[in-house]
Amino acid sequence: MFDNLSKRLQDIFSNLTGKGRLSEADVDAAMREIRLALLEADVNFKVVKEFVAVVRERAVGEDVMRSLTPGQTVVGIVLDELTNLLGGTSARLTLTNRIPNVILLVGLQGSGKTTAAAKLANHLRKQGKRPLMVACDIYRPAAIEQLETLGRELGIPVFRGEGADAAGIASAGVKEAVSTMRDVVLVDTAGRLHIDEEMMDEAVRIKTAVSPDQILMVVDAMTGQDAVNTADAFAQRVDFDGVLMTKLDGDARGGAALSVRNVTGKPIVFASVGEKLDALEPFYPDRMAKRILGMGDVVGLIEKARDTIDADDAEALEQKLRTAAFTLDDFLVQLRQIKKMGGVTSLLGMLPGAGKLKGGVPEVDERQLDRVAAIIHSMTPQERAKPQVINGSRRQRIANGSGVTVTEVNQLLKQFAEVRKLMKQFQKDGGKRLRGLKLPPGFGQLG
Amino acid sequence: MSTPWYRRLSDGLSRSREHLGGQLNVLLRKGPDLDAAFWEELEDTLIAGDMGATAVTEVVERLRDAAARKALPDAHAVLDHLAGELAAEFPTDSDFLKHPPVTVLVVGVNGTGKTTTVGKLAKEAADAGHVVLLGSGDTFRAAAGEQLDIWADRAGVPMVKRDRGADPAAVVFDTIAEAKRGGAAVTLIDTAGRLHTSADLMRELEKVQRVAERESEAPVKVLLVMDATTGQNGLAQAREFDSALGVDGIALTKLDGTAKGGIAVAIARELRLPILRIGVGEGIEDLKPFDPLDFTRALIGEV
Repeated sequence: MFDNLSKRLQDIFSNLTGKGRLSEADVDAAMREIRLALLEADVNFKVVKEFVAVVRERAVGEDVMRSLTPGQTVVGIVLDELTNLLGGTSARLTLTNRIPNVILLVGLQGSGKTTAAAKLANHLRKQGKRPLMVACDIYRPAAIEQLETLGRELGIPVFRGEGADAAGIASAGVKEAVSTMRDVVLVDTAGRLHIDEEMMDEAVRIKTAVSPDQILMVVDAMTGQDAVNTADAFAQRVDFDGVLMTKLDGDARGGAALSVRNVTGKPIVFASVGEKLDALEPFYPDRMAKRILGMGDVVGLIEKARDTIDADDAEALEQKLRTAAFTLDDFLVQLRQIKKMGGVTSLLGMLPGAGKLKGGVPEVDERQLDRVAAIIHSMTPQERAKPQVINGSRRQRIANGSGVTVTEVNQLLKQFAEVRKLMKQFQKDGGKRLRGLKLPPGFGQLG
Repeated sequence: MSTPWYRRLSDGLSRSREHLGGQLNVLLRKGPDLDAAFWEELEDTLIAGDMGATAVTEVVERLRDAAARKALPDAHAVLDHLAGELAAEFPTDSDFLKHPPVTVLVVGVNGTGKTTTVGKLAKEAADAGHVVLLGSGDTFRAAAGEQLDIWADRAGVPMVKRDRGADPAAVVFDTIAEAKRGGAAVTLIDTAGRLHTSADLMRELEKVQRVAERESEAPVKVLLVMDATTGQNGLAQAREFDSALGVDGIALTKLDGTAKGGIAVAIARELRLPILRIGVGEGIEDLKPFDPLDFTRALIGEV
């Protein structure tokens, strides 16, 4: 996400940081570039003007001119201001003591409200809540069925009312939550264009009817300059508390994310980053700013690892690595963990300097991992533990079983053997040879 | 009876105009002088319309040059010239939706309004007297089939669907088989929304197209549905879908909001893709032919 903006800004900075002194003309040239980069990333033009003015003022100030590494100082200023733009410190979804808590989701058509409702319900359940979803989009054909289907998939109940009174359905939904012992109610509403007064009125009526504890506006990250107009209109009419950004998993430039907070003063609370129902993350402005500037998000990476990797598994694996008893089965477990953490591309994107890789973060064919898994699945337990028994006819069988060529099987075995050899070395000389580390199998095609 | 379509179209466009025009009128109220403020506000207006900063800078630079050479005497002349010049960027290919028999794959990223557009196109083709068949190739999104069902009812046309999670290529196969059986002249196939960056989902779509081209006797066309509120990312969307499938035309939806859809100019310029329809409302009749000059006039706020 934000790769485009990220790459452009980093290019601008690499010009700046190479210099021992910065003239005002250097700063101006950089500011023009930054302006264009932000505009091309769909940051609202008013926000861009303000941002560039603030950064420029600070960048031509005394501190920068006196600094030994003026370029770095400017990068620091941009990071600061970018973090501010994204909302400074992170905002969390604040639930109250009221039972049930009511969360109202509003937004434009096609921004992904219904899916967001399901993702949020799933997220809250993981935190020990018992959510109920209420389907109030009575206009879009089959919107209610969509929410019901998602509810069934998650095993989270969905309330659907009768009739054409969305506010009435919302109230009935809250009552239903009380009588069925649910402690959070998520109200999905009809999408609207903000100019549609009628629909906006309905959102206000629902708000009055259920007095929500939190109102989240769902915003499509790919929205252009119009994002702030809509967000502003919603802020005026329904006064939401925070933003849930969707479709951040594409190559959205992030302009909406960078503008909405500034224009409405409302923080971004969640980011939706994939099609699966667990692809919803809390939003951290400081980390996001660092990612945009190519400084990586190591904290995020560690948290992701901690959330997905089982501590016992990790310890067992470490033990095996130490004793070089690492088998293809263990490797399979690792592959699964990488997938669970969102795939190679998303992990690479969180590493510092990833944007500086030739041509940005490499396009990784995530299916390569599946193919490797399929190859291993086609092996017998004995073969997985002792790959050296795999002879020519076994190779052919494995290749047939997993639908790949024998060459691919050979490649995997060869790379695996290298990793094992490396581990033995590692044991012997305590890691001095680690510099020659090769990527584990499956990553062979990445480099 | 609701508002007639042309009223709604002009309402929608005039809302755009009011918004943009508001800024330009302030400019013109100061007189038709071509001062620095005029150029800056023109630039802001076009950028705010999602035309893209690089393209806008280039366009405004050229206009300033022309104005300096006295080729464009005042602000009115500049705006007129600009509207014409931008409109000329749009290719005017013939409208395959009007030339049955045809099989149309309707594609696009999530939430642009594909299913709704299929519904509206079905109505249009049925009203024109063609035998229409719909195929629900979105087997991923919950209740997408049900949504299309409702549109099929409204348009009074039959539809082919399978269970959620089925192979979309199989739905296409069934749909085209049914089209041959029933003698459908216009076959419209909805597909699941997908981000253009998702390599495997794009491959899935290529397979859908392969099956359609193999099975269909009618020519197979690809209609890309784009949301007018999309920003600069829209160009990447169009580029990716075009390189994967070869897009034959674009439907630009949600133009009844305040968004100007300026990204369409960049797309026309780079990819030479015609815009065949614009979506201007939620009703089944709210899909209209595209008029380049109307569109660019709205974009620069001229009446």
